[in-house]
Amino acid sequence: MEAIVAAVIFLCGAVFLYQSYKLGFRWAIEGPQSGFFPFYVSLIICVASASVVFGALRGHMGSDEESFVERGQLKQVLAVLIPAAVYILGIQLIGIYVASAIYISLFMRLMGKYSWMKSVALGVIICVLFFFMFEVWFQVPLYKGYWDVTGWTGY
Amino acid sequence: MQDLSLLFHGFAVVLSPFNIGLMLLGIVLGVIIGVLPGLGAANGIAILLPLTFTMPPTSAIIMLSCIYWGALFGGAIASILFNIPGEPWSVATTFDGYPLAQKGRAGEALTASFTSSFVGAFVAVVMITFLAPIIARFALQFGPPEYFAVYLLTFCSFVGMGKGSPAKILVSMMIGFALSTVGIDVVTGQLRLTFGFTSLMKGFDFLIAVIGLFGIGEILLSMEEGLAFHGTSAKINPKVVLETWKKLPRYWMTFVRSTIIGCWMGITPGGATPASFMSYGAAKKFSKDGDRFGTGVLEGVVAPETAAHAAGTSALLPMITLGIPGSPTAAVLLGGLLIWGLQPGPLLFAEKPDFVWGLIASMYLGNVVGLIVVLSLVPLFAGILRIPFSIIAPVIVVICGIGAYTVNNAMQDIWFMLGFGVIGYVFKKLNYPLAPLVLALVLGNNAENAFRQAMLMSQGSLSILWSNGLVGGITTLALIMLFWPLISKLIHAVRPARPDKLAEQQPVD
Repeated sequence: MEAIVAAVIFLCGAVFLYQSYKLGFRWAIEGPQSGFFPFYVSLIICVASASVVFGALRGHMGSDEESFVERGQLKQVLAVLIPAAVYILGIQLIGIYVASAIYISLFMRLMGKYSWMKSVALGVIICVLFFFMFEVWFQVPLYKGYWDVTGWTGY
Repeated sequence: MQDLSLLFHGFAVVLSPFNIGLMLLGIVLGVIIGVLPGLGAANGIAILLPLTFTMPPTSAIIMLSCIYWGALFGGAIASILFNIPGEPWSVATTFDGYPLAQKGRAGEALTASFTSSFVGAFVAVVMITFLAPIIARFALQFGPPEYFAVYLLTFCSFVGMGKGSPAKILVSMMIGFALSTVGIDVVTGQLRLTFGFTSLMKGFDFLIAVIGLFGIGEILLSMEEGLAFHGTSAKINPKVVLETWKKLPRYWMTFVRSTIIGCWMGITPGGATPASFMSYGAAKKFSKDGDRFGTGVLEGVVAPETAAHAAGTSALLPMITLGIPGSPTAAVLLGGLLIWGLQPGPLLFAEKPDFVWGLIASMYLGNVVGLIVVLSLVPLFAGILRIPFSIIAPVIVVICGIGAYTVNNAMQDIWFMLGFGVIGYVFKKLNYPLAPLVLALVLGNNAENAFRQAMLMSQGSLSILWSNGLVGGITTLALIMLFWPLISKLIHAVRPARPDKLAEQQPVD
């Protein structure tokens, strides 16, 4: 895992390096070109991540595959990460308030094993609170989504 | 003397009902943020920052800095009562705080920790009051080379004083710099590293990075630990407080030592977390009953808390005088200043005395108010931790999402936040430090511009970084810091060092 992550970082560094090379990293008449600073930055990324890769391959960095994450832990983490991604997609489509209410309710129901009544009630209450706080009190309009389902409120 | 009268003027600014109200609100929010794992000071302030855009800057900075003080106090509550550090800098507090709570002396431990936090912060504020104007006046003479040298020193210090692999610190820092260059190059107007996506034209906002890295990343980490917290209950009554206060003067030497360590680590970008560990280690070494550390001694709570609070407070000194934050949280506050249209740095003292001295005065008052609030409301705050994590976790994700959206009112930022969350989680697991990344992202543009201007002045010769004693000294010091891991290896090769047991438990921050 250590080596893989460092290798990915190395690749990103290399892409950046190429991009700043194309921008021009040299010295022009008016001073350093746009790519000058990013060029050296990505050069250091490449060198440093390469040293992490070699260190990991020689087993000097001390953290190995097994200790990165256990299977059960990974399941827990994915159980939060994937719904979070779905939730953000939901924000894009139906707006922050409705998506949040559904997200909180489902999370409580599925992860916390609360009754449907409690979960839905709390999810809705929290989002109504947020709605009043942001739209009414602070007057900060939040994202209403592609299909504006809360449009009837007038905010 | 003139500074003192300015300070009193600052108190006059702060002591309006509106500002006092914001101060209380900030402290309470801050303690809640500090108590909850997964919601830290840096991302808490990043989330609330957009709400302050419409306020006058002085009121806004008072509220946000009070959130910071509150979070510094709050971290200790979770450590002592629940053995889970609410913030990275309170890890060292768990060593002696939790055993004390198990013995039924939670009240004493909490009182000692709040009081020593207060002492540490207070000394640091006094130091800021007297040092800040002097440094600001001195820094007025700085030109681009000097500024670049100071930036260089800041970033090299991470390598020299950071814990963990220097290569990883470098990687994380340079990723921050690389991300900061994405978007329009302000000097030439060229688009850089956008890969043809118009959505990347504005670049990455560091507030999004902070919310993702620290907020979502922490939630993912906490999920690994499972969902339940078990803790002891706390009762604080005036009698316990008074009795603990009677005992505390005995540890005056620990206070002095920890405050010095804290202030030093705060001004240099060491940060509060290493400061608390160093101070705990030093107290253990020099104390009469050093062997009993870890079994529940008050001194073991006093030392890390004093240092953490002193470091957290003095991290603001380089931020307001030079525009260089000493910690991620200070970096977020710096970002706030820029958004309110204030350029942090020496000129701020001359141009906006109301703001600067209002801020300093609010540090005094904020800590006094904070001490009173936490001492009187501990059971309430501890109660928050009893809310099951399966309710808190989704609510924090929602709050992070709202926070990310409000920064620029852009939907894509919420996606970036999730991306940064995954990066934050992976980096935390592999011990890449996050603080250098955030600081590099915040300072990247300024550092680059300072570098380019310096290079223009010298027609591209690096020798300008040694053109006079001041800039040369700073640059040389920076290089020593950069190569410190190598130098110390050489020293250890000649003279083997004793292994440091504490170091293993210290989180890479």
